[in-house]
Amino acid sequence: MSQEIQADADLRAADIEAVIVPFRGRNGMLIPLLQKMQERFGYVPPESIGPIAKALDVFPVEIYGILTFYAQFCLEPRGRHTIRVCQGTACYIMGGKDLLDHVQGKLGIQVEQTTPDRRFTLERVACLGCCGMAPVVMVDNDFYGRCTPAKMDEVLELYK
Amino acid sequence: MAALSSHRILICVGTSGVAAGAEKVAAAFQSELERRGLLEKFDIVRTGDRGLFRDVLVDVITPELGRVVYEFIQPEHVAEIVEEHLVHGRPVEKRRAGQDYEAFFKNQTRIVLANCGEIDPEHIEDYRRVGGYQALRKAMDMTPQAVIEEVHKAGLRGRGGAGFSTGQKWRFCREAKGDLKYVICNADEGDPGAFMDRSLLEGDPHAVIEGMIIAGYAIGAREGVIYCRAEYPLAVRRLTLAIEQARREGCLGSNILGCGFDFDVSIMQGAGAFVCGEETALIASIEGRRGTPRVKPPFPAHQGLWGQPTLINNVETFGNIPPILRRGWEWFAAIGTERSRGTKVFALAGQVRNAGLVEVPMGMTLRELIFGAGGGMSKRRIGLKGVQLGGPSGGCVPESLLDTPIDYESITGTGAIMGSGGLIIMDERTCMVDVARYFLSFTVAESCGQCTPCRVGLKRMHEALEEITAGHGTPEHIAFLQEMGETIKSTALCGLGQTAANPVLTTLRYFRHEYDAHVHDKECPAHACKALRHFEVIESACTKCGRCFKACPANAIEWKKGQAARIDLERCTRCQTCYGACDFMAIR
Ligand SMILES: Cc1cc2nc3c(=O)[nH]c(=O)nc-3n(C[C@H](O)[C@H](O)[C@H](O)COP(=O)(O)O)c2cc1C
Ligand code: FES
Repeated sequence: MSQEIQADADLRAADIEAVIVPFRGRNGMLIPLLQKMQERFGYVPPESIGPIAKALDVFPVEIYGILTFYAQFCLEPRGRHTIRVCQGTACYIMGGKDLLDHVQGKLGIQVEQTTPDRRFTLERVACLGCCGMAPVVMVDNDFYGRCTPAKMDEVLELYK
Repeated sequence: MAALSSHRILICVGTSGVAAGAEKVAAAFQSELERRGLLEKFDIVRTGDRGLFRDVLVDVITPELGRVVYEFIQPEHVAEIVEEHLVHGRPVEKRRAGQDYEAFFKNQTRIVLANCGEIDPEHIEDYRRVGGYQALRKAMDMTPQAVIEEVHKAGLRGRGGAGFSTGQKWRFCREAKGDLKYVICNADEGDPGAFMDRSLLEGDPHAVIEGMIIAGYAIGAREGVIYCRAEYPLAVRRLTLAIEQARREGCLGSNILGCGFDFDVSIMQGAGAFVCGEETALIASIEGRRGTPRVKPPFPAHQGLWGQPTLINNVETFGNIPPILRRGWEWFAAIGTERSRGTKVFALAGQVRNAGLVEVPMGMTLRELIFGAGGGMSKRRIGLKGVQLGGPSGGCVPESLLDTPIDYESITGTGAIMGSGGLIIMDERTCMVDVARYFLSFTVAESCGQCTPCRVGLKRMHEALEEITAGHGTPEHIAFLQEMGETIKSTALCGLGQTAANPVLTTLRYFRHEYDAHVHDKECPAHACKALRHFEVIESACTKCGRCFKACPANAIEWKKGQAARIDLERCTRCQTCYGACDFMAIR
């Protein structure tokens, strides 16, 4: 068993290394590298910070500084589906706030959190660029316009 | 793409088109044409969004019937259009775009958006067909100084917010000392109610790139960076394609158009921070640091990316450059007003009939815009209360000021700003205190935290607004908001803090009575603040239509045909669904 865990960790370390290699020693590439890392794993694995720091010759604290400054980065594994409730101005005014309250209540989580069964991660975004269909919700890559709490309930059922 | 066919089907496949199902419609056309052996005859052209939300817009262009526009098209409508229109030459009347579509476009002057929804953004040939890269050719035959002079005389001002003279900025960069200079295109588009930059990048990426190359030539730069919001994957994809094509055709790279000028462009994706739209923060972010602004001067024109002279312009600003060079400064300067020339694109949204992107000449009044292209209010019987201009840095303007002309100075005079062009229409059902609270919650979350007025002051203001909207407000809260707002305005480090109080200060100025009602009467005049809601049906206004009854998810409404509705307050969850469903303001 412990051997298996070790093997898993080794595999992962190799994966992390593979993401880092093209960026090694390049000035100003920290953010693009972290973006690639997140693309690969869905989040930035904490164990990747050390190797990144070495490769780019920066302090780990600088990396944490970047990770916590930019909203895009996430340090924990995410749910299978991402719900993005638009809180842009148009959506907010057209009922987006109540919609977000409703989803939070229904899933029992707050924004930036993941349900315990890892089914959903909930996020808010500022304008998805289709204000004419406000309020808008995006689940993974699908858009749902003119949402109401009742419609939301139906939509969530589509994602297991 | 092969030589341009005279039989074309245009489908708007931008982000909002995709959201409405445009890809499925395109696929339906593809298979229907294939089934009928018409693929040879018709080109299916995927354009960017044209700016109007009519779900999926489809144009059919044939030599016999010219252009016919269809709106609200879904895959199931495709077979009929192909059968009737393409095969028998009889347009499907019931699906044709109607009056709203006509009003929307008739009342615009499209310069920057001229190609959006008209050309295929993924093919450089299509851009060339409408005059693309001719401006670059022309610029290369001029001296850099003459190019700057042209832009200066046109009177173009930056479209990213502050409205600084573009020609002057270019001149500063040209004159700044440094061997390496950079051009940056600011595509961070942070205003949560604006999306014109994205639409332009998706619908006409080559125009922005052409503008950047001309800027590079004018100031003597060899490198350009487009800093694009990470939430814009489609824009990034089309830009990447456009850059490759421009390189292949010698418009980008070394020895551009054989004139010995080298310039190349790369894309950097932002990582989700509003403050990175501020130019010094944006530069920090490109350099791989936290995106925190710094004190200016030195301005980026002297000390920008990697310490070198750097030109930063907004996407829409660059989009104006090719038309100006192609058609001459006199043409451009004749549009708009004395001090604000040309057009401005607005993202029109909220409770307005035609939501979307509109481009109008400067000097048009807000009223003309909203009731012309905008088509008026989405619910005819519910009046307009105010408009919000300029997003989190902007302000709310009341109905009484709708005759303000759209130009930088007049808008600033109202306490709002032109900003990037977010324009949100709000009717009687919107609570202005809540709107102010909304914008502050945004800026509080986005403050970079360097300076105390912004980090702490905004937070305290937000708390005061939370108290007021929760029904615990006192007159002291209102006085505090005014005082703190003014203090932050004059003491914050960067533009974010300096403008963040604007939504509060303008609502205090124009909608003070709403604050008073929350504080003194514990009432929200718009019935939007949940804590202060208690709904009832106004019997005299109720038309007994039963819409509220059908809409209520909590079964809290009692209604029978021919009877006025009644709300069971025990069951009511104050979700506001009935309030939204009622077209007659009969629920309060
Ligand atoms: C908080 C803040 C956010 C900004 N966001 C943007 C933005 O999203 N897009 C933009 O073009 N300019 C933005 N600006 C303005 C830029 O700092 C800069 O003035 C602009 O890019 C200059 O281009 P222009 O002269 O073409 O307008 C922002 C400014 C501040 C203070
Ligand atoms: S505000 Fe939600 S899509 Fe624009």
